[in-house]
Amino acid sequence: MNKLHGVILAFLCSISFYAQDYFPQNSGVSTENTNYTALVNAKIFITPTQVIDKGTLLIKDGKVVNAGASVVIPKNTNTIDVSGKSIYPSFIELYSDFGIAKPKPAQRSQIPQYEASRTGYYWNDHIMPENNAFEKFKYDSKKANALLKAGFGVVNTHIHDGIVRGSGSLVALNNYNGNETRIIAKKSAQYLSGRKSVTSQQAYPTSPMGAFALLRQLYLDADWYGKGHSKTKDLSLEALNHNKNLVQIIDAGSRANVLRFDKIGDENGIQYVILGGGDEYERMDDIKATNAPLIIPINFPDPYNVENAFLTASLSLSDMRAWNQKPSNPKLLAENGVPFALTTHQLKSPDEFKAKLMKAINHGLSKEKALEALTTIPAQLLGKSNTIGSLKTGSYANFLITSGDIFDKKTTLYENWVQGRQNIINDMNTIDIRGDYQFSLAGNTYQMSLTGELTKLSSKIKTASDQYGSKISYHKDWVNISLKTKDSTKQEFIRITAHVDLDKDLKGKAIMPGGKSLPFLAKYSKKENDKKESTKKEEDLEVAKMFPVTYPNNGYGFTELPKTETLLFKNATVWTNEKDGVLENTDVLIKNGKIARIGQNISNKSAKLIDARGKHLTAGIIDEHSHIAAASINESGQNSSAEVSIEDVINETDISIYRNLAGGVTSIQILHGSANPIGGRSAIIKLKWGESADNLIYMDSPKFIKFALGENVKQSRARNGVRFPQTRMGVEQVFKDYFTRAKAYNALKESGKPYRKDIELETLAEILNKERFISCHSYVQSEINMLMKVAESFNFNINTFTHILEGYKVADKMKTHGVGGSTFSDWWAYKYEVNDAIPYNASIMHNEGVVVAINSDDGEMSRRLNQEAAKSVKYGDVSEEDALKFVTLNPAKLLHIDDRVGSIKVGKDADVVLWTDHPLSVYAKAEKTIIEGVTYFDLEEDKKIRESIKKEKNELINMMMQAKNKGLKTQPIKKKEKEYLHCDSIDHEQHDH
Amino acid sequence: MKHLKKSLLSILMLCSSIVIAQQTPAPEQTKDVAIIGATAHIGNGQVINNSIIVIRNGKIDVIGDAEKSAIDMKAIETIDANGKHVYPGFIVPNSTLGLVEIDAVKASDDDAEIGLLNPHIRSLIAYNAESKVIESMRPNGVLLGQITPRGGRISGTSSVVQFDAWNWEDAAIKTDEGLHLNWPGSFSRGRTWLGEAPGLKPNKEYSKQVNQLKDFFNESKAYNNGHKTKTHLPFEAVKGIFDGSKKLYIHVNDEKGIIDAIHFARAHAVKNMVIVGGAEAYKVAGLLKANNIPVVLKRVHSTPSHIDDDYDLPFKTAKLLVDNGVLVTLETSGQMERMNTRNLPFYAGTTAAHGLTKEQALQLITLNAAKILGIDNQYGSLEKGKSATLFISEGDALDMRTNKLTHAFIDGRNISLETHQTKLWKRYSDKYKNQ
Repeated sequence: MNKLHGVILAFLCSISFYAQDYFPQNSGVSTENTNYTALVNAKIFITPTQVIDKGTLLIKDGKVVNAGASVVIPKNTNTIDVSGKSIYPSFIELYSDFGIAKPKPAQRSQIPQYEASRTGYYWNDHIMPENNAFEKFKYDSKKANALLKAGFGVVNTHIHDGIVRGSGSLVALNNYNGNETRIIAKKSAQYLSGRKSVTSQQAYPTSPMGAFALLRQLYLDADWYGKGHSKTKDLSLEALNHNKNLVQIIDAGSRANVLRFDKIGDENGIQYVILGGGDEYERMDDIKATNAPLIIPINFPDPYNVENAFLTASLSLSDMRAWNQKPSNPKLLAENGVPFALTTHQLKSPDEFKAKLMKAINHGLSKEKALEALTTIPAQLLGKSNTIGSLKTGSYANFLITSGDIFDKKTTLYENWVQGRQNIINDMNTIDIRGDYQFSLAGNTYQMSLTGELTKLSSKIKTASDQYGSKISYHKDWVNISLKTKDSTKQEFIRITAHVDLDKDLKGKAIMPGGKSLPFLAKYSKKENDKKESTKKEEDLEVAKMFPVTYPNNGYGFTELPKTETLLFKNATVWTNEKDGVLENTDVLIKNGKIARIGQNISNKSAKLIDARGKHLTAGIIDEHSHIAAASINESGQNSSAEVSIEDVINETDISIYRNLAGGVTSIQILHGSANPIGGRSAIIKLKWGESADNLIYMDSPKFIKFALGENVKQSRARNGVRFPQTRMGVEQVFKDYFTRAKAYNALKESGKPYRKDIELETLAEILNKERFISCHSYVQSEINMLMKVAESFNFNINTFTHILEGYKVADKMKTHGVGGSTFSDWWAYKYEVNDAIPYNASIMHNEGVVVAINSDDGEMSRRLNQEAAKSVKYGDVSEEDALKFVTLNPAKLLHIDDRVGSIKVGKDADVVLWTDHPLSVYAKAEKTIIEGVTYFDLEEDKKIRESIKKEKNELINMMMQAKNKGLKTQPIKKKEKEYLHCDSIDHEQHDH
Repeated sequence: MKHLKKSLLSILMLCSSIVIAQQTPAPEQTKDVAIIGATAHIGNGQVINNSIIVIRNGKIDVIGDAEKSAIDMKAIETIDANGKHVYPGFIVPNSTLGLVEIDAVKASDDDAEIGLLNPHIRSLIAYNAESKVIESMRPNGVLLGQITPRGGRISGTSSVVQFDAWNWEDAAIKTDEGLHLNWPGSFSRGRTWLGEAPGLKPNKEYSKQVNQLKDFFNESKAYNNGHKTKTHLPFEAVKGIFDGSKKLYIHVNDEKGIIDAIHFARAHAVKNMVIVGGAEAYKVAGLLKANNIPVVLKRVHSTPSHIDDDYDLPFKTAKLLVDNGVLVTLETSGQMERMNTRNLPFYAGTTAAHGLTKEQALQLITLNAAKILGIDNQYGSLEKGKSATLFISEGDALDMRTNKLTHAFIDGRNISLETHQTKLWKRYSDKYKNQ
């Protein structure tokens, strides 16, 4: 690297800069060069598919004049013969911060910042479309050289900071000229991401879902502003509207976020170019369906160091698989017709690029696709196909000269020309002196063999009887060899300096330890043996089998998604939750995903029979208050976050889904957390393990939103609370204020006059219009009563109080209001406001006629909600049938899905659980958990999965051991943590990867 | 139906309102009591179906088959427990009951002292016998506990108490019986504030942390050999570990940590060692059995610690250990551990759902716990001569569906089953009844 740097600098000094033609000229006479340069006899890749076997590339003024088999060469041409070599268009990097200084992080403050730091711009500091990379651009020749060495010629660079990051610039890695020549396009694209700026401490958004909502609202505001409705100046919105016609490139960073951002783009008529995560193969069909062009990192993980069996036991199968599967991502994307560019982003240095690229090719990425991903596709994505990415006439003369196939491990990259200027990476005129030599000195005859890369040769020197230590360097036709003398007690050397002749003989002199100079001649005898065998082995290992992707792609995923079946349960004890109550010795037929028949002696020829004698069949368990299967829970950056939705952040790969199925859970409401009085919208999902995130959400899902009261929303445990409200008194006013505004908003909207669409107020208006329901986190009676009164004053009802631990104190008022209570069975004593929480709460509310559910708010407890329901039998003598309804039919009612689920009734969804024992008993296990006729959990299948996990892990560990023994770099074991989110879980915001 | 329920409720409340006011510890037993007709679960694996138990002077004087017994019932108060079940009082080890009242209120938290090596810290004196959380244990049958400090590498010294007392002195059953050591973790979390990557990585400080413990134990031993010139409270507090008067409870979950901890204890000639946590103890059950080391097993109702683990691993770990001959009891530490301790019987019930017999499961939280805490000469089973610390339940006490206590006794004292919570239940049920 250092050497390369030196080489390129040497050229810099020897060639003077071109001046711009209208600039004054004081350093000498005009030296404009109008000569042509021709590279002849090369194999030329004009494009990945248009290849000339023996052609000429003619360039002038930094551009391609012509390229082809028979190009007329003008007289004033400097012709370079490159026979036997290949010429490729140089590569294009789409995602880089080349030449842009790292933004300075804002000072961390003890007091949270809710307002923007700027005026005249958008209200959120993390929206900065007004930023332009060209204004901050400072050419960095050191980084340029690293990229040149990796084969890149142009880079699209931008400021890596904020959610909207402003425009990027397309620059050439031109070490010779100034920015006047390097900058190909000043504003080449607009960049975005889901991450906040480091330059501001403004709290909002604290979560990915907040970032998504912010983007959506931003587009609405820009539209409103663009139509001239705003009375005030907003430089951000102006810039955003100005950048509208640029390519929009967004950093998603994972396949899950690729899908999320693509959806936002679709809603706003934008097709983003999306930076992926290298894990797109996990949901290839969904990725393909986005039609989004992608930028794909190739930071394939190193194998783990699995020598320590104890530590290795903590390694998850999904992390192991990533090592095995990720290198196949580019191949699979190509096979599925997904257009993508490759990037050095996420690599420690561009030096790693070739090795990783070779890995992708060894895993099946075709060379043609690889070249496209580095040349024509990025050019096309930037709308610059006419000037970069190929060697067609008129393109910049950005090309690579190689010893052969550029995607071959042994190929040497000789030169990387950018805008017609030559950068020598490896001197192509260097004579290959690798091989065996013989020479004599002071009566001894030595054998010398030279091996390794030409820039880093190693020598072995021996006589018939002895081996000698030696070192060699080779540079510009000269070798220097130092040879230790035989006497090991003295540190003495013979120093040899010799010139390399064309016949590869080395001629020069040797200076003996005594200082005597002797003539030196080493005769070349034969070429170095090819080391093909060992490299081949390594490649064999690399392309060893790819383990199948499962859905989701972890140990418990399905290789193929399970299908709905016709099932006939025979002789079960059926808890109908309907008028029939509990039916003994009863058959239940499930067909087409629905409960088809309930009765005695049912037969069906096509049905799979399940002997349920002695077992219990119930409706699937429904958890009204869950935080599993979500990538984030709280948007706490504002006191209202009605604009955010958990539906945006469903994590369908969460192992909690599987574990909840094992506890008989079939439907859950994923609620926003309780960090603010008005939280976010819920996701109501079925635990269809293996399906894509969007497929988990209920069809025509009822609309819900989380509200919260009490200690959490008034930030009781924050040291520096400055966000309104800090008391229960303030909480009431937050609601009054927002509903008043939502009412006015609604009126304006219905008046037909122009209005600024506001997602937050739209959501609140839905509540006023009785289209959206509130599930409110609540503890003490005063605030419960308050919220009912606020709702009544705005002429709507609260749907559910969740937690509602003092519900028993106001059960009569709740009944009158018509609100349900979804509570814990026995939690209390964890904070001051639950001092009076009692396990009899459910029974008292139930006795007063309130619709009562028992919820979890906890990924562990939800695995045994049936037992939590049973506690209502213990505490307060609720009947067993009613107790089971607390976790089935009643939460279905509270979620407005009781027409579909919650009981065993003909026509309802076949969401059922077969229990080994009485479903309220601690001794009962879920044997089968079925959703719409699909068996998602089965005790017997689970046993098989355990075995297959063991087997696959062993195979992968063995492969990693082999990799380590081959000398491949390894990484230390990491333990994958399963984070359990609760009401008060705040996202750990990361500014950087 | 609803009316019936309401009237049942009112009868129930009528009955319960006679019971002694909540929170007042029961007086000493003055009259002999006989419990007749219950299924007696002895706690050692045995069951007597139609039993008679006579409590005299706080002790179990008679336990046997009711039909074969020929006791003079005059002057004995009898409790007809036909169809009901009698159990030894459940025992919770490694508990912070009484050390914290409300998790989120710092002023009420006394469970973790600052500092790293705190063997001299004693939990007992901070134990609030009048905690509202403690009284809520009793209606579920949890009557005894080992009160254990948290925090640091060595958290301090625990004591065993009973849950119906005026103050900590009254409550104490066995004082300063164990020292608690938190073994260094195999993994450590990236310190993001120092620019480290987040997530769990192998703990680079592990050897250093273990050496620190070795040094401390060596120094303590040297100190306690004699010739001390100045009192050193921490060294002083380790003494019992070497002479066997105190047990060393090593809190450790991972396989390698457990093995290292065993080697550590052996190297320092620790006489009585117990593993607390032991999530992966099942992987070294043979070693534990061979060294006679019991396990105080991590909360059964918890999620598996690795993503690829069997979903029911925490449910069946007890079975895996018991089948290999390891002495096991259950603990409840973790999130909301104090209020959750009343669910200890259901943790045991879960181990029965996942492999153990019901009597084996019961034994985990009765006789096994007593043995591990060193109080089995008096507590942990229904045997003649032992303390009458027991309760009567209408049904299977390990199942939440049927765990309903009618009576509970600690040292023969007929204790109250009322709590702050039952009081509120009655108050508000009455409110609605009278509306």
